[in-house]
Amino acid sequence: MNLWLTMIAIGLATFAIRLSFIYLFGKVEMPDLVKKALRYVPPAVLSAIVFPELLLPGGHFDLSFGNGRLIAGVLAAAVAWRTKSVVLTIVTGMAVLYILMALGL
Amino acid sequence: MSAPRRELISGFKAELPLLIGVIPFGMIYGVLALAAGMPAGAAQAMSTIVFAGSSQFISTQLYGIAAPGLVIFITAVVVNLRHALYSASVAPYLKCLNSRWKWLLAYLLTDEAYAVAITHYQQTEDNLDCDRPDARHWFFLGAGLALWATWQLSTAVGIFLGAQVPASWSLDFTLALTFIAIIVPGLRDRPSLAAALVAGVTAVLFFALPYKLGLILASLVGVSVGLWIEAKA
Repeated sequence: MNLWLTMIAIGLATFAIRLSFIYLFGKVEMPDLVKKALRYVPPAVLSAIVFPELLLPGGHFDLSFGNGRLIAGVLAAAVAWRTKSVVLTIVTGMAVLYILMALGL
Repeated sequence: MSAPRRELISGFKAELPLLIGVIPFGMIYGVLALAAGMPAGAAQAMSTIVFAGSSQFISTQLYGIAAPGLVIFITAVVVNLRHALYSASVAPYLKCLNSRWKWLLAYLLTDEAYAVAITHYQQTEDNLDCDRPDARHWFFLGAGLALWATWQLSTAVGIFLGAQVPASWSLDFTLALTFIAIIVPGLRDRPSLAAALVAGVTAVLFFALPYKLGLILASLVGVSVGLWIEAKA
């Protein structure tokens, strides 16, 4: 029961977040600080999710060439920077990871 | 073909390349949810009720370690806060629509649907005049529905496959790669780059904190650093 309540609460909150400015447009002016802060939410939150995935594979810090996810992630980031393509980024990252795994890294 | 229908189909097609990352992501969510002890019905329902991949992932992980509901809620909301930015960004284009459309498109406002919808709005005529209604919200709807259907189906497949997807496929890595693809192209100014780097490093340093509190802390620090660098410039 607790699981369902939590889930519904998250669903409602997520919907409210998504509807917020679409609904309020023209009714309420967004404070400047909020507007500015929101711009940094995606890079901050998403890289806070990504960095541990790359640097802490299996929960242990690993900054070395033996860390396949780190190498694959860095190369994928370079592809994302150059091409802005989601598909190429994912394909590159997975290909590099599989090659490194096949090499026994 | 009528304009709405044409827009709907173009939106659907524009979303297709992004589905490559979404399909394994949805499947892994289904697999992980079951592994965390979530009932199959609840795992599938979450994909409809919440419909936000990364927060579903994290909720599942937290559920698996028996975190309190409030902690799961706060973490999921912080992860989804970026959608407020998307909401603000598409709001001017949706201002002429009736409430039903606004509610529907808000429900479908995910990272991937936003990415193609805002590009379409920006690349087509800059019409914000309610006296000249256009059909571009149908494009948004097409993209949103493509993603929605894919998400529900891939969740179902993941639940069905259960533990049969071997961990050695490392499919969970597509989540990180999708996020890299979404953020990296946008890191072209110093404050954004600083926000991303500082948040990332903070998340690594405080990874050991319970209940993913490190993620919340890292997000707050990252946003603050972004604002600070912007103010200094």
